[in-house]
Amino acid sequence: MESFWGILSEAFTLVLSWDPDLVEIVGLSLRVTLTAVGIACLIGLPLGAIVGAFRFPGRGAVALILNALMGLPPVVVGLMVYLMLSASGPLGVLGLLYTPTAMIIAQTILVTPIVAALTKQVVEDLYTEYADQFASLGVGMADRVGALLWDARYSLMTVALAGFGRAVAEVGAVMIVGGNINHVTRVMTTTIALETSKGNLQLALALGVVLLTLAVLVNGAVMALRASAVRSAYA
Amino acid sequence: MRDLASEFTPLGPAITANDVRQPLIETRGLCFEDRGQRLLDGVDLKLREGRLTVVLGANGAGKSLLLRMMHGLLSPTAGEVLWQGRPLDRAARRAQAMVFQRPVMLRRSVRANLRFALSVRGVMGRERARREAEALELARLNDLADRPARVLSGGEQQRLAIARALACAPELLFLDEPTASLDPGSTQAIEDLIRTAQSAGVTIVMITHDAGQARRLGQDAVFLHGGRIAETGPAARVLEAPRAPAAQAWREGRLYLEPPGAEPLRKII
Repeated sequence: MESFWGILSEAFTLVLSWDPDLVEIVGLSLRVTLTAVGIACLIGLPLGAIVGAFRFPGRGAVALILNALMGLPPVVVGLMVYLMLSASGPLGVLGLLYTPTAMIIAQTILVTPIVAALTKQVVEDLYTEYADQFASLGVGMADRVGALLWDARYSLMTVALAGFGRAVAEVGAVMIVGGNINHVTRVMTTTIALETSKGNLQLALALGVVLLTLAVLVNGAVMALRASAVRSAYA
Repeated sequence: MRDLASEFTPLGPAITANDVRQPLIETRGLCFEDRGQRLLDGVDLKLREGRLTVVLGANGAGKSLLLRMMHGLLSPTAGEVLWQGRPLDRAARRAQAMVFQRPVMLRRSVRANLRFALSVRGVMGRERARREAEALELARLNDLADRPARVLSGGEQQRLAIARALACAPELLFLDEPTASLDPGSTQAIEDLIRTAQSAGVTIVMITHDAGQARRLGQDAVFLHGGRIAETGPAARVLEAPRAPAAQAWREGRLYLEPPGAEPLRKII
């Protein structure tokens, strides 16, 4: 067993040498996660805005379900998607199991409730401030959702970031539906799990470093944007 | 029914017996209750086109509530609001605008705030650009057009809120204490804006706590006390020689507490 520092140094060498395997894994991770977060935002932002800005029968139940789904265990989601996509499942004919698309589906299911529930909170707070003015202007339903989402855009970036954090760090669901197949469905988290169990700590740690760096960079970018928005009183 | 126009003879436009114009807006027996407490009680009021009416009264008298109900933001517990003789509907509400005591500024630029209001009203293209420019000019905010609206000073924000409301070309503008806690310079700028709007034919109903402002701007006055109309009439008369005890106390700066078991004020007058 090599020393910790030895492994760390080899891991950095892998990162800095732009190792092709590493690049492929990071690229697939980002592709899957960003696509899932993108789809989750397309569904979750308007859904959260509608629940946050309108009063309708069953609104409390919808909010409760969204909040409950925020804590969905990834392995359970993975299992459900597996059952749907497996050869004997209702969507088996699509042949999506063990493909990046299956991973995107699983992550979208995990992230959408997070985006929707957090959006609901942000939009609800903003609408409390805008309600009288909107009622006075006679703002229609579509305009209301659009305006609230636009005016809350900087807070919603943090919401998307929370979704990104959940998706990029998730391992259980993508492992089950992706199968961790080399060069096909191997992403950062599944590789870290596999390589650690194989004892290939250099690659595992190198991916860990990339994952951490990505998290810091994305968070930093969002914080910087928010800070500039706060200065202009847009946030 | 308090018909403000019928009391105008000395100061306001003479409304003759032949004048068949119906009031622009009218309230009939307007009541509002919240958690068993009656906050507005049997308010009958008729306001005619083109006038500037000041709504006076102590805190909690029901002034904001009355405006909100006339604007359709709140539904009365009893009674009704009529717009040109018809129930207040969506079209009627679109002919009105309201500016709140704390102006609501969207998290956008000054120009985008105007643009949003116009877009909501279906004003697009060149017409929208023209009205945007006009509103910026009116509010003297040309130099600040691209600044975020929420970093403007209190007075500038209120000017923008009024200009935004006027850009929608309302027939009736409600103003809820538009100059509360503003310095004299900002107050004057807003009063100029209000005068300009009125001279352009907009009917204005404005809440104010400032007797001087009521004298400067008001043509008609409504004095509310305890959720009821205590007095109405030409502003100069209500302000200089009020008949209702509550209005007299307000004018003299005295604290007024209704004597126990007193008759409802509107019956005294």
